[in-house]
Amino acid sequence: MTAALESTVVDLAASSVRALNAELHRPASKSYEVRNPAGAHAVAAGVDADIDVEVHGHVGYYAAGMNSRARITVHGNAGTGVAENMMSGTVRVTGDASQSAGATAHGGLLVVEGSASMRCGISMKGVDIVVGGDIGPMSAFMAQAGRLVVCGDAGADLGDSIYEARIYVRGNVGSLGADCVEKQVRAEHLAELAELLAAAGLDHAPEEFRRYGSARRLYHFTSENTY
Amino acid sequence: MRESATFDRTVIADIQRAAATGVYDIRGWGAKRRLPHFDDLLFLGASMSRYPLEGYRERCGTDVVLGDRNAEYPLHLDIPVTIAGMSFGALSAQAKEALGRGASAVGTSTTTGDGGMTPEERGQSTHLVYQYLPSRYGMNPTDLRKADAIEIVLGQGAKPGGGGMLLGQKISDRVAAMRTLPPGVDQRSACRHPDWTGPDDLAIKITELREITDWAKPIYVKIGASRTYYDVKLAVAAGADVVVVDGMQGGTAATQEVFIENVGIPTLAAVPQAVQALAELGLHRKVQLIVSGGIRTGADVAKAMALGADAVAIGTAALIALGDNDPRYEAEYEEIGSAAGFYDDFQDGRDPAGISTQDPALAARLDPVEGGRRLANYLRVLTLEAQTIARACGKAHLRHLEPEDLVALTIEAAAMARVPLAGTNWIPGATRA
Repeated sequence: MTAALESTVVDLAASSVRALNAELHRPASKSYEVRNPAGAHAVAAGVDADIDVEVHGHVGYYAAGMNSRARITVHGNAGTGVAENMMSGTVRVTGDASQSAGATAHGGLLVVEGSASMRCGISMKGVDIVVGGDIGPMSAFMAQAGRLVVCGDAGADLGDSIYEARIYVRGNVGSLGADCVEKQVRAEHLAELAELLAAAGLDHAPEEFRRYGSARRLYHFTSENTY
Repeated sequence: MRESATFDRTVIADIQRAAATGVYDIRGWGAKRRLPHFDDLLFLGASMSRYPLEGYRERCGTDVVLGDRNAEYPLHLDIPVTIAGMSFGALSAQAKEALGRGASAVGTSTTTGDGGMTPEERGQSTHLVYQYLPSRYGMNPTDLRKADAIEIVLGQGAKPGGGGMLLGQKISDRVAAMRTLPPGVDQRSACRHPDWTGPDDLAIKITELREITDWAKPIYVKIGASRTYYDVKLAVAAGADVVVVDGMQGGTAATQEVFIENVGIPTLAAVPQAVQALAELGLHRKVQLIVSGGIRTGADVAKAMALGADAVAIGTAALIALGDNDPRYEAEYEEIGSAAGFYDDFQDGRDPAGISTQDPALAARLDPVEGGRRLANYLRVLTLEAQTIARACGKAHLRHLEPEDLVALTIEAAAMARVPLAGTNWIPGATRA
């Protein structure tokens, strides 16, 4: 590791993910620059510190997994489960994200500037996710809480078995999953959309989005619960 | 009058109930049908050809180390009987605390469940295994780091292939907050993990969990017994330090009756498959095997270990030790349509013993200190019983028990356990009569 300006530089061509994460779990610096990730898994996973991490290159599975407090940016594409189970902080992917982006995350903000694959926001538990492009099928499956904003299109079965999460889609929706319905966009929804888009740095009019959420018909088992 | 064997009174009642309500029956407990089990095995005590140990004075070790393959801090337990995962939500906070107290008193581990870790449980558990389930309810990295081991749950014996459920009666404000759910909903847990599919992904997930916890904690993988041979091989290939195999007698807090009784295989059939898989990989005793599903006595403990398990886990038996199905609540069991010895409606949250409930008044009936004392007593008895049998077989440690010490009473048990039918050399499927 070498210090460049005020950032500590970790070159994964010469170091290891283990050494990187060990450092990030007990950070001596406030800012890190990670080079040559080359699709490695679990890059910057389990960080619980008020630090900045800039990753230059593509990452594999579970980048920034379970992040707490840190601001982590991936300048490239991210594999499966980026920011899975994030608790707080911010994770930004400048390219595309593979499946299960933000899965089960409790808090913080995940921004995917490109598109995200299937199961984006699956079982999300309070996180805010903003996707600049499209999302794949089965996204927000069993989404419990939080907000998912999609500036492009959403694939099939959006929000299947959704609980209390709120979904906003600007483009087309392939189809809605079980118990997911379109809902009225009220003033408070336009306001929170404006905040989320601003936080993500995306310039779209909130009025262009449609809102989706739970019809709450699956909240109690009945013999009509057949899909 | 002649009762039909096909349509007996239980079947008729089930059809009538389904017709009246339009919903399937949901209940707790595990499979209630008669299955080939450890009861169908016997030990061959020492005689002329084997030398026994003296029953009270000679040492018979019981300790076990779990997860020393990769973890910096494997679990060192004094006895090989652990407490299986049961959720706060399914059980009261007092019951979870009592499980921790009882386990800690005898130097063994307890396990969280589908719903997260409570301070009561962590505070009273010397060794706490943190379950990592498809729902990830209440899962957070802070609690993950507080755990002594991590158990990735792929399934459980009562419902391999199915997710959990917790009915609205038990979704109190505290349970709802821990699970990020609206209070009172009939909660259904996912049956698939949300961010990995298949064993290749699982290997990456295990690496992530090791990274997040700095390679300090053992990683268990728990499977419901079905295609056990293949599942164990895949779990080990993915990196499991410990494999937990739960047979179909393993309990549940709430599952469809049709699921409990018709999916999965008996514990007895699963253990030899798991051991074979580990042995073929050259990792038997290196990746530890924990067996659960119908463990009740020290004889069951000894039999599971003789078949190759390193440890066992108990769930239903632990609840009974705490006070579940206690005859002193007979009148109250009858009021809710059950009876002491039959009560399995854990999903209803009206447990008179205060164990499988979130009702504050009912939960207050269980004193965690007294419950912990009873569980510790029971665990000591299980250990003493297993030691008694091991000494009779000439073993100075429980882990020295071996299949050669066993015979089977039935052809079915002989075939499943892969030990000879008593009085013969015949192992159906392996040797000629």
